[in-house]
Amino acid sequence: MKELKVLAVVVIFTLITYWGVEPYAHSQMHKHVESQDFKYPDINASGVKGDAAAGKNKIAACAGCHGIESQGMKAPMDAMASSAAYGVNPPDLSKVGAIFDEKFLIAFLQNPAHAAHAKPNFAMPPSAGSAQDAADIVAYLKSIAPKEVSNKEAFELACGRCHAARYAKWTQIGTVPKTKPNIKTGKDLDKLKFEQNVAEYQNKLAAYMGKLPPDLSIIIRARGKHFLETFVEDPQTQLPGTAMPRVGVTKEGYEKVEAYLEEIGDPSKPKREAVGPWVIGFFFIFTILAYLWYKSQWKGLK
Amino acid sequence: MAHFDPNARPFSNKWMNERLAVDTLKRVLSTEYWIPKNINFLWAMGMVLAATFGVLLISGIFLLMYYIPDTKLAFDSVNYTIMSEVGYGWLWRHVHGVAASVVFLIIYIHMLTGIYYGSYKKGRELIWISGMLLFVSFSAEAFSGYMLPWGQMSYWAGMVITNLFSLGSLEFNGLVEWIRGDYVPGQAFLGRFFMLHVLLMPLIIIGLIVLHFGTLRMPHVNNKDGEEYDFDAEAEKWKAGKRKESKVIPFNPVFLSKDVFVLGIYFILFFYLVFYHFEFAMDPVNFDPADPLKTPTHIYPEWYFLWSYEILRPFSKDIGLIWFGFAQVIFMLLPFLDRSPNVAPANRRRPFRCWFWILVVDMIVLTIMGKLPPTDPTFALIGKVAAYTFIGLWIALPFITMKEKLVGGKK
Ligand code: HEC
Ligand code: HEC
Ligand code: HEM
Repeated sequence: MKELKVLAVVVIFTLITYWGVEPYAHSQMHKHVESQDFKYPDINASGVKGDAAAGKNKIAACAGCHGIESQGMKAPMDAMASSAAYGVNPPDLSKVGAIFDEKFLIAFLQNPAHAAHAKPNFAMPPSAGSAQDAADIVAYLKSIAPKEVSNKEAFELACGRCHAARYAKWTQIGTVPKTKPNIKTGKDLDKLKFEQNVAEYQNKLAAYMGKLPPDLSIIIRARGKHFLETFVEDPQTQLPGTAMPRVGVTKEGYEKVEAYLEEIGDPSKPKREAVGPWVIGFFFIFTILAYLWYKSQWKGLK
Repeated sequence: MAHFDPNARPFSNKWMNERLAVDTLKRVLSTEYWIPKNINFLWAMGMVLAATFGVLLISGIFLLMYYIPDTKLAFDSVNYTIMSEVGYGWLWRHVHGVAASVVFLIIYIHMLTGIYYGSYKKGRELIWISGMLLFVSFSAEAFSGYMLPWGQMSYWAGMVITNLFSLGSLEFNGLVEWIRGDYVPGQAFLGRFFMLHVLLMPLIIIGLIVLHFGTLRMPHVNNKDGEEYDFDAEAEKWKAGKRKESKVIPFNPVFLSKDVFVLGIYFILFFYLVFYHFEFAMDPVNFDPADPLKTPTHIYPEWYFLWSYEILRPFSKDIGLIWFGFAQVIFMLLPFLDRSPNVAPANRRRPFRCWFWILVVDMIVLTIMGKLPPTDPTFALIGKVAAYTFIGLWIALPFITMKEKLVGGKK
């Protein structure tokens, strides 16, 4: 039919234009970085076997800076004091074994700045004397790590000390607390104090990192999954010279982080999937009825 | 004349006719508004546009209830409040964004249909000119709307486009500052673009749509062969029951039934895009909040402005501006640049046929090159050749159409 040919011409030109301004243009604008599946191929496995019991005795090397809440070890300093000392708050180690890569951690404990591809001013000093010490400590951390870590916990542990996520009420020093204003004045001093703390922490963090790490609330829509994945694997591949360190999460750990970023940055996804078929179904029926009407009106015209 | 039947029941047909002439209106505007039978689905694009404008208006009203035109709050009011706190806010936003992009695709199809069938000539000049005014208004509407989320691309596209008003070496910086209300885009800028987007431009567009429809009434729409009808005679045939012999059909219900069918197909596609493929209409860079200290690596306008952007880009500042200005107005002059007496589809008009298809391909090439980084010499060269081709085509148009032979066609 002639009309379908006309339609085909319109569709072909439309698709060529779409291809040019979307997939093709983006492939030219952003350099393509292959995902490495969180294998960290540049780090060689140490080959030594870690012993959790021995690791437990060596953990004191870390306790000077890190807390391990699940083992009843409080952090020696709170977030504010830590940021004053290091520029950033060392994460609690209770769940580290659940989301960080073993091979990465062993290398990291011996030479943090190197393993993290970070700047030389990286705040954590080498804290394991030998590969054996490092392997033992990592084995211990894995032994105390919970089996299940939620998406939110994975995000807070891996990214949360540097990045806020205001749409999820997350700040670098924790979740925004519920506070009440004074009824007579309307002033909420607890809120103001918390905000001041966040601001002080951020100033310290920005001084340490050279800039304030961006809020990650809707980073999933701003950067897309492929960029995020390869960026977290190794920030240097996408932003050479960047101050963000390689955090060294496992593939599963990263998937949790990504799932969380999607939950907060694209919360309508499940609703779209639920509503979409109904709306499209409605127009399907609408179109069939319209077609029947059209055919009845145009009968006997030609 | 005023004669009002005191016994007419309020709101009965008679009562209404005496006050609003509803039957006459219905006749003139719909049941005896004659449309040629010899048309294809491309003639439904006008109604598709009207419907899409309706969708934009309704979704826009819902967004307006929560949007806050404040540089500090705008970004979060859109990306947080509307996207996750307001029930179905995400749906309205995606509908609005997709419609704003798709409306331009349909506008381009509608325009090219007009060019292809010669629907801008011999009595249809005003349809064309009012159509082009709609195009310009839609462009202003889209640009002002793009400023509102106050993301990185809003800010920087706003910066680049308003900078054009310094008119190159003329350095009319005062004009730029007057438009922005400040030295750089800021609160004053956002406030006035908000006003333009939600009030002034929609008013102008509604007025222009009425004008566009008005200009259609006397010449009637064209048909696939560019054939000139005696609409009165054909209408008589129809009214005499000769549905087959008559070359025309009434707008309502016959033409409308096909319009509604095309609209159905269009909306299936439209909502497929809304639910499963909306990213093309919402640039990722605009999900970073505006940051005056950080220029994005690539600044480019939305896809529908790319072809004219690419006419600006490959030249030096002043020359580029001149050709950019040329590209903005030249379509408006089409009815006067086409010197041929033929109203016929392009494929029957010899040199014009090539002109038309080169124009289509050239505009697509310009569009694609407009988004690619200009630092690549090959892309820059292709863009430049395409820009020259565009200019050359329009300069050549009067000459090639002047020599055109009268095509016989059906008469
Ligand atoms: C002198 C204080 C200090 C000591 C001792 C220390 N750390 Fe750290 N650690 C830090 C700081 C500060 C950071 C955050 C650095 C940054 O993000 O720039 C950190 C980060 C980490 C991280 C997160 C790494 C990542 O990729 O995100 C882990 C895991 C870690 N430390 C484990 C340990 C372990 C295990 C030990 C003991 C062997 C230890 N640390 C000893 C200060 C310390
Ligand atoms: C030790 C601090 C630190 C940690 C931990 C950290 N980041 Fe970053 N991140 C930064 C800094 C600093 C920047 C700014 C980089 C720049 O612009 O050079 C940044 C930037 C980013 C960006 C933006 C990159 C761009 O294109 O501008 C993303 C996305 C990001 N980080 C994601 C993450 C994710 C996801 C995690 C957790 C898996 C994480 N970051 C953990 C410090 C950190
Ligand atoms: C969003 C804005 C617009 C709306 C709502 C609109 C609507 C319509 C409608 C309903 C028709 C009659 C049906 C048809 O032929 O499709 C029409 C015809 C026409 N329009 Fe538009 N239009 C718009 C924009 C434009 C633009 C930008 C142009 C190009 C300059 C244009 C040029 C024409 C022409 C030339 C015709 C006559 C077609 C013919 O005679 O065959 N319109 N328009």
